[in-house]
Amino acid sequence: MSEVIVITSGKGGVGKTTTSANLGCGLAMLGKKVALVDADIGLRNLDVVMGLENRIVYDLVDVVEGNCRLKQALIKDKRYNNLYLLPAAQTRDKNAVSPEQMQKLCDNLKEDEFDFIIIDCPAGIEQGFKNAIAGADRAIVVTTPEVSAVRDADRIIGLLEASGLNNPLLVLNRLRFDMVKRGDMMAIDDVTEILAIDVLGVVPDDEAIVIATNKGEPAVTNPESKAGQAYRNIVQRILGENVPIMSFEVEDTFLDKLKKIFRFGN
Amino acid sequence: MDFFSFFKKKDSTSSKNVAKDRLKLVLVHDRVNCSSQVLEMLKTDIIKVISNYMEIDEEELDIQITQTQSEDKSGTVPVLYANIPIKSMRKVNQD
Repeated sequence: MSEVIVITSGKGGVGKTTTSANLGCGLAMLGKKVALVDADIGLRNLDVVMGLENRIVYDLVDVVEGNCRLKQALIKDKRYNNLYLLPAAQTRDKNAVSPEQMQKLCDNLKEDEFDFIIIDCPAGIEQGFKNAIAGADRAIVVTTPEVSAVRDADRIIGLLEASGLNNPLLVLNRLRFDMVKRGDMMAIDDVTEILAIDVLGVVPDDEAIVIATNKGEPAVTNPESKAGQAYRNIVQRILGENVPIMSFEVEDTFLDKLKKIFRFGN
Repeated sequence: MDFFSFFKKKDSTSSKNVAKDRLKLVLVHDRVNCSSQVLEMLKTDIIKVISNYMEIDEEELDIQITQTQSEDKSGTVPVLYANIPIKSMRKVNQD
């Protein structure tokens, strides 16, 4: 059985591409045959995040227009031979592809016996978004705990449901647990209360993500990274396993320790 | 009692709660896709219709879009809230 999952957010810069790369890589690590599709035509980035930018010959628009066969455009990953990338075209714009063509592309990938087809959606709610969700079976909405990102996520959830993609799941990205503890950042409960949506996972703000992106090696492969662990947990949940949302206890600072000494009763 | 609680900001004023309250308000309007202009037009029309039947206090009239718990308790739904104080009834010819 194969499934097309679109990774979307509305707002740009909240981590759609990073999430796509890590989930694709994480699923491949567990032996699933995965195709990552970069639907952000004109602003391709999934290739650099995956470290595959030097291998591109054909792209998504070439496949859609029949300039090459699907297999020719799929780039095999360096690390996992069951992981493939279909890069976006860099020199074209979003109108080069129609929703019907994307739907057909997804159907063709399903026929190629991919277990998962992960689509990295562009930011915004225009043509690129409509193309990216056209062939999807389910949707993941990525947001950060900021008012602008949550507002856009709400809009996207409405548009997804209007297109028949019901019950999208939430990935809350770049959470800073020290700030949540201080009451200066919305926590997972706050965001789900507002968006009324089920949570797929919480990814902590982690320097390892920046380093991983610098190197073109998704953090999910790094056993030391907390964000990597969060992505591995999300992958387990996608595969239907019941993994609890991990708690990221912040280590007590000197002041916290002092507070505990001075706390009477309570 | 926490010795340091004197220095803590009250929970209701923490920036997280400010963010939440602002978001909730902005989303109510986003979700129903109703601009303040449309709301003003609606208000004018409501006054016009109700004035045929009763004299109302237009100064104290309050019409807004808020949210309320949905009937099946699965979440919140937008509602049009109107508080219209009646001064007196008009005599309506019922024929």
